[in-house]
Amino acid sequence: MKILIVGGGMGGTILANNLARRLVPELKEGKAQITMLSASDKHMYQPGLLYLAVGRMTPDELYRDQAGLLESSIHFHVDPVEEFHLDDQHVKTRSGRIHAYDILVIATGSRMYPEEIPGLAEHAETFYTEASALKMFKRLQSFEGGKVVVAVGIPHKCPMAPLEIIFMLHDYFKDRGLLDKVQLHYTYPINRVHSLENVAKWAAPEMDRLGITYETFFNMKEVDGEKKVLHSEEGTELPYDLLITIPAHRGMEVLERNELGKNGWIPTHRGKLNMEGRENVFVLGDTTNIPISKSGSTAHFQADTLGENIAALIKIGAPVREYDGKVFCFIETGKDRATYAMFNYQTPPSPQTPTKAVHWFKTAYNKLYWVSARGLL
Amino acid sequence: MTERKIVDGKGSFCPGPLMELIVALKHSQVGDELEVLSTDKGSADDIPEWVRRVGHDYVSTTENDGVWHIVVRKTK
Repeated sequence: MKILIVGGGMGGTILANNLARRLVPELKEGKAQITMLSASDKHMYQPGLLYLAVGRMTPDELYRDQAGLLESSIHFHVDPVEEFHLDDQHVKTRSGRIHAYDILVIATGSRMYPEEIPGLAEHAETFYTEASALKMFKRLQSFEGGKVVVAVGIPHKCPMAPLEIIFMLHDYFKDRGLLDKVQLHYTYPINRVHSLENVAKWAAPEMDRLGITYETFFNMKEVDGEKKVLHSEEGTELPYDLLITIPAHRGMEVLERNELGKNGWIPTHRGKLNMEGRENVFVLGDTTNIPISKSGSTAHFQADTLGENIAALIKIGAPVREYDGKVFCFIETGKDRATYAMFNYQTPPSPQTPTKAVHWFKTAYNKLYWVSARGLL
Repeated sequence: MTERKIVDGKGSFCPGPLMELIVALKHSQVGDELEVLSTDKGSADDIPEWVRRVGHDYVSTTENDGVWHIVVRKTK
C-alpha cells in the first residue's frame, strides 16, 4: 500500500509521523510505504511570523530541517508536484519523476494573494512570509506617528492574526512611548470585527478599551499609494500613514492549474476528509474548502483523525472516526497577555479574559511546536 | 437587458458568500439580478445588510433544503 503525502507543512508532517508509528509492522514487512513530497527542505513555524513582525522573534527561530522532523521510515523528497493524475493514481514532480500511489494526501497549504487588490502588494505591509514580516518590522521601527490602518481580507490563514497584530501593535507603540502619536484603526469585511461571532463580541470591547477604532463592512478595493488612501468596495475612503494588511488567501497555484478546486481550495468531505468523488484522495489543513478556520491546529487535529483512519483502512479495511471540526487557537492580546478560542462544528468558541498564564503557555508552545510536528504532542 | 446570475456560494468559507457576491457584482451590469446560494445562515443575515449599506437593491431571501437563496439587484 503506497501512501503519498504531498506537502510538508504542519498537517502533512504530523500525519506522516503518525502513520509511521501506527504502521511499524506494515512498513517493516514492506506492506506499506510512506512517501512525502515537499517544495522545501526546511519546515517553517508559520505562527512565528507574527512575532517576527514586531521584533519578538528572529528568523532562525522559525526553521528546522524537514528531514529531521520525520520518522526515518518515511521517504522524503524535495521535489514539488506539478501534475496530479487522479484517474491514473500518480503524480508527476518538477524533476519529472512519477510517483504512483494507493492513497494520496494533499496538504499543500495556502498563500496570501494581495494581487487581487490593485496597489496592495506595492503599498501595504504584511507578515505572511519571512521577507514581508522583516520588512514590516523595519517599517515599524522607522514609524514615528500617524494613522496605522490594519485592513483584513477573507479568507486568510490564521483566524486570530488580525486581532493579534492590532493588539500587539498597541503594545509595540506603547513600549516606544508613541501611543499618543499613533491612531490604530482596524477594518473587517463583514458587519462585526471577526467572523466568529463570540470572538467578535469579546474583541470589540477590548478594542474600545485600548482606544483602537474600527469599521466593519469594509472590503478592500484599491490602494492609492500616492495619496495614501485605501478605497473600499462600499465606496468609503480611508486615509492612512501606515497600511498593514491581512490579504485574502488562496490555495496553492498548482491545485488551480490542475483544476482540483476553485481558487486552489479542494472540495472536501468535512468529516471523512476525502476529496469529493475520490475515496482514496484525502485533503488536510488549509487546502480543504471546509468552512472552518485555516490554522495549524485545524491541520493538526485533522491529521490526527486521518492518521487513525488511514492506518485503520490498511489494517481493517475501514476508517474508524470522523473529524469533528475541532480547532484550538491562542489569541495574543498584547505583548504579555493572551486568551484562546476552542471550538468545533457543534460548539462555538467562548474566549475568556486574557491572562499572563495563557500568554506564557503560548510562548512555551512556540518551542513545543517542534515536538508537535513530530506527532508527539 | 437584465439577467439573473447565480452566485454559488454553497459550502464556501464563512463569510465567503458575501465575498463571492462582491466579485460577481464587479462583473455585472446595472439592473442585473444576482441570486446568491449559500449554506451558511449567517450570510442570509449579512448579505441584505451589506447590500443596503452599499446602496444596491435587496430583493428577497428564501430557504430551501438548507440552501438560502438571496436575490440582489445592482443599482450603480
